[in-house]
This record gives sequence, structure tokens and C-alpha cells, in this order.
Amino acid sequence: MTKSELIAELAAANPHLLSRDVEIIVQTIFDEITAALARGDRVELRGFGAFVIKHRDARTGRNPRTGDAVDVDEKHVPFFKAGKELRERVNRNAGRKRRAVTSSDNAADRL
Amino acid sequence: MTTVTRAHLAEHIYSQVGLSRHESADLLEGVLEKIAATLEEGHSVKLSGFGTFSVRQKGRRTGRNPKTGVEVPIMPRSVLVFRPSQILKNGVNEGSGTKRMKAGREA
Repeated sequence: MTKSELIAELAAANPHLLSRDVEIIVQTIFDEITAALARGDRVELRGFGAFVIKHRDARTGRNPRTGDAVDVDEKHVPFFKAGKELRERVNRNAGRKRRAVTSSDNAADRL
Repeated sequence: MTTVTRAHLAEHIYSQVGLSRHESADLLEGVLEKIAATLEEGHSVKLSGFGTFSVRQKGRRTGRNPKTGVEVPIMPRSVLVFRPSQILKNGVNEGSGTKRMKAGREA
């Protein structure tokens, strides 16, 4: 799903809003998360996850093609850690499939 | 360092768009729920300028309880990964991080 598809689906679910407004709302959310991280803040959305900044020390890297040593400056990287609820929802499909196999095995045993 | 929460984001929507506070909070929840539902189906969500959320399948592997050293099987599972866009990565480094880097170089 892309951002425009997300906007279209939300607009369809909220017919009282103009799709242009939905677009501004979606854009505002992600712009504000970006701005918060740029300020050095963390963004915590319970049940969904948290966006945090991780610090990476300066290091000597290598050009993978030539093998030359290159200095890499220290930097900050954005990192997302999925919340418990979302992590479980994402993993639920795999779990459901495994459980489905087990229950059909049991059914086979009974026959 | 402060923590930005749903309330902050909803307040931001309220001040940017002419929606009520209640509706702003509902819309924010709608956005998060739509993303979560898409990921739950195993599909990825690409938000240009921000990043991509995708679901990755992990195979079975043998882990170890770090405290007792007992081997435990880790079952195949689906995990969520977020890959930040170049714009987000740059944004993060233009903040306090860049200033610190410049100060370091001058010293």
C-alpha cells in the first residue's frame, strides 16, 4: 500500500471529509513524526510502536568494490520498534496457519 | 528529550486542519489502524518521504536462553521491519546531531 492508497481508503471511510483534507492530515502526521525525530525527541504510539533515534559512532568503513578504507562520520539513524500489539498482529497469520494444521491433524486422528 | 505521543500528534492535526480535537484523534487512529491492518495481511506500506514498513518471514532457528544456556527452538515467524527513507535519515542528521558533528570537527 502506498501513501496515496492509504489516503484514498481513509477518504472513502470518512465521506464527510474532503480527500484533500485527508491528504493534509496524513502528511501532517508523518511530517510531525519526522520533525520530532529531527529535534531528538522520541515518538511513542502505544500498541503501534515507537520511533527513536539511535546514535552510530564514527567508524572506518570499506568501499566494497575497491576495498579502500573510508572514514564514516558519526551519525544518527531513525529506528522503529514495533509495539507488542502490532508485533502480535503481524505474526498472527503464521501462528494461525500452524494451529490450523494441528487441529486438522487432531480431526484426522479422530476419524 | 521529550516523548511525542498520540495526544501531541492529534493536537498537531487539530491546529493544522480545521477538525475538532475528537475528530483529529479519530483520524490519527484511523491512519495507524489502516497501516496495522495492511501489515497484518502481510502487505508492505510505502510512505514516500517517510519510509517503508514491511513484513519479513523468519525461518526456524535454535536460540539459547541467555541466562541458563538451554537451547530453545525459535519457531518460524513474521516480523515487522521499518526502512526509513533517505529524507527521514537526512532530517534526523540535520537536527542536533549535525551540530555536534560540526563542533567535533572544529575541535
